[in-house]
Amino acid sequence: MKDVILEAKQVTIGYTARGLPTRVVASDLNLHLHTGEVICLLGPNGVGKSTLLRTLVGMQAPLAGHVLLGGADLFTLPPRERARRLSVVLTERVELGQLSVYALVTLGRHPHTDWMGRLSAHDEQVARWALEAVGATNLAQRQVHQLSDGERQRVMVARALAQEPLLMVLDEPTAFLDLPRRVEMMHLLRRLARETKRALLLSTHDLDLALRTADVLWLLAPGGTIFSGAPEDLVLTGAFEATFATTGIGFDRHHGSFRVHPPAQRRVALVGDGLVGAWTARALERVGCQLATDDESPSLRVVVGGDPHAPRWEVAFNGGPPQQAASLHALAALVCEHV
Amino acid sequence: MSNTISIPIENPWPRLGLRPLALAVMLLVLIATFFLSLSLGSVRIPFDQVLTIMLGGTPTRATWATIIYDFRLPKALTASLAGAALAVSGLQMQTLFRNPLADPYVLGVSSGASLGVALVVLTVGAAQTTLLSVVGVMGNLSMVVAACIGAAGVLLLVLALAQHVQSSVTLLILGLMIGYLTSAIVSLLLYFSIAERIHAYIAWSFGSFGGVTWNQLQVLAPVVLVGLVMAFILTKPLNALLLGESYAQTLGLPIRHARMAVVVGSALLAGAVTAFCGPVGFLGIAVPHLCRALLRSGDHRVLVPACTLLGATIALLADIAAQAPGSDVVLPLNAVTALIGAPVVVWMMLRRGMGREAFGV
Repeated sequence: MKDVILEAKQVTIGYTARGLPTRVVASDLNLHLHTGEVICLLGPNGVGKSTLLRTLVGMQAPLAGHVLLGGADLFTLPPRERARRLSVVLTERVELGQLSVYALVTLGRHPHTDWMGRLSAHDEQVARWALEAVGATNLAQRQVHQLSDGERQRVMVARALAQEPLLMVLDEPTAFLDLPRRVEMMHLLRRLARETKRALLLSTHDLDLALRTADVLWLLAPGGTIFSGAPEDLVLTGAFEATFATTGIGFDRHHGSFRVHPPAQRRVALVGDGLVGAWTARALERVGCQLATDDESPSLRVVVGGDPHAPRWEVAFNGGPPQQAASLHALAALVCEHV
Repeated sequence: MSNTISIPIENPWPRLGLRPLALAVMLLVLIATFFLSLSLGSVRIPFDQVLTIMLGGTPTRATWATIIYDFRLPKALTASLAGAALAVSGLQMQTLFRNPLADPYVLGVSSGASLGVALVVLTVGAAQTTLLSVVGVMGNLSMVVAACIGAAGVLLLVLALAQHVQSSVTLLILGLMIGYLTSAIVSLLLYFSIAERIHAYIAWSFGSFGGVTWNQLQVLAPVVLVGLVMAFILTKPLNALLLGESYAQTLGLPIRHARMAVVVGSALLAGAVTAFCGPVGFLGIAVPHLCRALLRSGDHRVLVPACTLLGATIALLADIAAQAPGSDVVLPLNAVTALIGAPVVVWMMLRRGMGREAFGV
């Protein structure tokens, strides 16, 4: 049995502002985080993901209930003790001049050092280990303001790691990164959780990456319902549809992704398999066709021919004469022309 | 740390040292400048004679001892204290507000002092008071008292507001608004005042290290020292604040207490200097940038001592220049600091990318 690191008991989150009625975002939340787990928090914009994260890291008090961090109440822990158990990577961009990456990471030792902030040999060793763990040793000498967005995010993770917390919370760690950098970042976080036996909680909009990386997903749905479980379980139970229900967009349980419903749905019979067959299906779906099931009568028929390195396509509409296409671009154009 | 990987201790890790060598050089430069400022002035006193006098010996001319003890020594001490205070205060404000343009006066302390002085110089005493009594010996004292009261009043107001304010940006705007309010009142007072009094007020606003007596130093020095000691104690919170208030909070910094301590410390420094020397500008904004560029460091454990030393040095140099050695002319201090300082800062910025790198903007 893995240890529980963070526990939310009957927590109600929301705001109280002077002169305004209390706004409850979600109530009676019961959540758990265990060692070595990566948890991704997903939800539509404006549903209260940030409020939930802010509450779980102690930046905002819950309206009701308790948040326990390593068994102690988050809001009665002294700030220094809390910082030793919990570190945070925020979305706000830190503007720093005249500070090396290494010096920045050593700032993560803040809750462990004396009143003057003197670094012991151990503190420096931990900072080096943190930079090594995120694969950023080669950046140590660089100035923070010279880093690219991807490098900067790695370094901020190293800084949070240098705090040696039980739990790291990251608010949209992939937000400003290009796709390869996002995949890299998620793999890094996955590896850190496993290797360092820490728990990682992160919010993200990267559905696909979250589905492939997280041990547990928290889906925060409008109305304050939270679905918690393994990504695959949540796909099968339909929690994704419930969370992200919007007209015109549907969740494809087979692919684990959202797709736009094209207005006109035509049934297509596709003959072809392997990689070419799969991408042919994608191209046809893009232009408003759906693969016909056995009991449906297709309005067009596509046959993949040629060899896998130089595929060719034949398309026939309503039993008409077959037309040739040398690329999927040409095939899609033919399908679009024939309305 | 069970999972620590053993890593060779030498490179690629940059040194995080406290730069004792650089700081020692800065200290030596400060001491040299201090003696230079004792030597130069309307009368040039040879260096060896300055040393003799400072060591308690008898100089070849008795008047030299008087000049040094009664005029140049208190002035040099005042300049050193004021320069150090303004530079450290400016550094703290720039870090707290994460703004390279912040200076010791952003909280409105100098505006408060200006208002106090304006009230005394421009209104007190009505017709029968001659100008002499306003700017004379007693007048000088009353200006200092008025500036102290004004600075302290604004300081208390800002502190009271700071307790209820969520973010430092709000505090910054409050400080600005207090500044506008007081300068509006000063404008009105100036508008309805007479030419001689307006001149006296403007002379004060030029700033000067010369008017501070040994007695007044007994107030100025302890206040500045308290402020400097606070800054040294606050280096760790200031370093955490480099990351911004949210991150500082997640590093375990009790943010309200830290902010309050920084505000109290730097307002004490700025308030004391303004009260005794007038609103001396430029040093507070420029010296922190110079220190960052010279030492290539953003670490307050290095920057606080560096600003103390370099601030004092530059204030002494500015005062030497304002005295126009060998002549009886005394130039306005603020004009001199900006006239010489601004081109130097521009040059530094172009050469070393100073301002851009200060906050990575």
